[in-house]
Amino acid sequence: MKEDNKKVVIELDNVKRDFIVGSETVHALRGVSFKIYEGEFVTIMGTSGSGKSTLLNQLGCLDTPTSGEYYLDGVSVRTMSKKQRAKLRNLKIGFVFQNYNLLAKTTSVENVELPLMYNRKYNAAMRREAAIKALESVGLGDRLYHKSNQMSGGQMQRVAIARALVNDPAVILADEATGNLDTRTSFEMLVLFQKLYREGRTIIFVTHNPEIAKYSSRNIMLRDGKIRSDEPNGNILSAEEALASLPVQNDD
Amino acid sequence: MNLANLFKIALRAIWSNKFRSFLSMLGIIIGVAAVIIMMSIGQGSKESVRANISKMGTNLIMVRPGADMRGGVRRDPSAMQTLKVDDYEKINAQKSYISKVSPEVTSSGQAVNGAKNTTCSLYGEATDYMDIKQWVIQEGECFTDEDVKHSAKVCLIGKTIVKELFGEGVDPVGKTIRFKSIPFRIVGVLKSKGYNSWGMDQDNVIIAPYTTVMKRVLAQTYLSNINCSALTEEMTQNAIDELTQILRTNHKIAPEAEDDFTIRSQEEMMSTMSSTMDTITIILVVAAAFSLLVAGIGIMNIMLVSVTERTKEIGLRMSVGATGLDISNQFLLESILISITGGILGLIMGYLGTKACALFNLPTSIPLWSILVSFAVCTLIGVIFGYFPAKKAANMDPIEAIRYE
Ligand SMILES: Nc1ncnc2c1ncn2[C@@H]1O[C@H](COP(=O)(O)OP(=O)(O)O)[C@@H](O)[C@H]1O
Ligand SMILES: [Mg+2]
Repeated sequence: MKEDNKKVVIELDNVKRDFIVGSETVHALRGVSFKIYEGEFVTIMGTSGSGKSTLLNQLGCLDTPTSGEYYLDGVSVRTMSKKQRAKLRNLKIGFVFQNYNLLAKTTSVENVELPLMYNRKYNAAMRREAAIKALESVGLGDRLYHKSNQMSGGQMQRVAIARALVNDPAVILADEATGNLDTRTSFEMLVLFQKLYREGRTIIFVTHNPEIAKYSSRNIMLRDGKIRSDEPNGNILSAEEALASLPVQNDD
Repeated sequence: MNLANLFKIALRAIWSNKFRSFLSMLGIIIGVAAVIIMMSIGQGSKESVRANISKMGTNLIMVRPGADMRGGVRRDPSAMQTLKVDDYEKINAQKSYISKVSPEVTSSGQAVNGAKNTTCSLYGEATDYMDIKQWVIQEGECFTDEDVKHSAKVCLIGKTIVKELFGEGVDPVGKTIRFKSIPFRIVGVLKSKGYNSWGMDQDNVIIAPYTTVMKRVLAQTYLSNINCSALTEEMTQNAIDELTQILRTNHKIAPEAEDDFTIRSQEEMMSTMSSTMDTITIILVVAAAFSLLVAGIGIMNIMLVSVTERTKEIGLRMSVGATGLDISNQFLLESILISITGGILGLIMGYLGTKACALFNLPTSIPLWSILVSFAVCTLIGVIFGYFPAKKAANMDPIEAIRYE
């Protein structure tokens, strides 16, 4: 993992994040440091309240650290303005949420085009082309004009993943992306994430399900806002094989 | 984000909540329609009053006895007897900015033809009166200066008198009627002028030489007033100055003393009436404009609900790179579109309403600028009342917004 010729996408240096609730201070992150290299598939695990979401919000430039430094693609995020961070999210980050967060009554392509709407470099034709390409890469080439309410949970999450890919981000951040899905569909998502990993994408996947760590290239464990362990996975299991070995469901 | 995309998003948001959007537009529709109707009635009434005043005469200037009454002080009756025939003759002899002048004495009473009688007004005038008041002789001809000189018992009568005393289809020229038992030979019939804007029948008149009316009917030596025409509309003020000069000299009024007569021009009456009408219009329009204010508050209310409802969407947009400005523009445009669409529908309703008023014989006229103003006001309402909800949306924290359920 620590090959020096690999590019560092994310670097955290003693990042702390305190929340002041009334008269008390909650230390959600108590000094987190790590580097994530281009092409890694990192799972972040920990019990509820261990600081996973807070960490992901830092990585996604939705929040800034109370202290410590965060470099995304070599740029320090801590001192950035709200507007600069919005631009950074637009260009460098792809989010996948637990509950998909698609726009209602809106077709797949239009949902996927959304990040590009906020990028002046794209005109309508370019947006459409990029959105179709992203949808094809998640296997939804035949569902381009379906509206979000006409699709299954798995399909909606695929649209959300396509949306995270469409701006060709430096890193894809997923927060419990399989949390709302059944086992079979969860594995289908893992197959997709592994495909993206093979294509060289950098992925950070937050989950509380220890099973999923077996399919990533590296696993970071959090506890009480600190890193408890940070280990590469020497034996990455194939999600495809796991999916094949699942008992076939008759209602799919 | 560019404007075309913002438009698309705003239109979609409005369309996906058609009924609610329409309800919030309703206030604007009613407000704008009310403003347009009020303005058009105000403008229409003003135009009709102006038209009526301008029909009173050609560049008319009226001289009345007595000082300016606007102070509201009661005067003794002798003050009303300051205008004499001599004044008229002096004006007639010295006039340079005045084209026509006619002294006037008036009386009212019964005109009789055999068994038929009717109550009417009798005007004693000089021949210039026909031009000053734009009377047209339909049958026969006007009395002459000779008739005036000799106090001849001749007269012109209006259409109403003809109808009352002779009936339809009878030519009264050459016949004789009596007014206060004085016989007048009819030399001409006046073309109908109809009712004026104060509801007075202008055809219920007899016009005779002023000399005849003064000597034979009223036995008085003073005039009721003197009517003049300025040479041109632009020379009205010069004519007024000239009249003042002639009358002050003739009445031997000391330089520091007040006039013992009052001069009013048609122009002045028009502007007095216009400003009165304007005041009424403004009051009506302000009342209607308040409904626009209420409509604006309605829009703000709907927009606030809409922002709260779409908190999650706002969070999502922010997380994929929308800036606060992008978000506030989106909601601002939505509220502007709602109020402008409402404004356009309101203009259409106002136009139809104006047409409906015209059916009931209300004078109406839609001033072009009122359309432009309504448009500007609607945009302004959209901006002002959309600003606060848009600001609220823009200031949301993306982390909290996206978790909002
Ligand atoms: N906005 C906030 N205000 C106050 N406390 C917060 C806030 N966000 C998170 N926390 C606290 O920080 C800690 C870590 O939360 P979180 O990062 O959501 O954990 P996880 O996602 O691992 O369940 C928890 O104790 C939580 O209560
Ligand atoms: Mg969490």
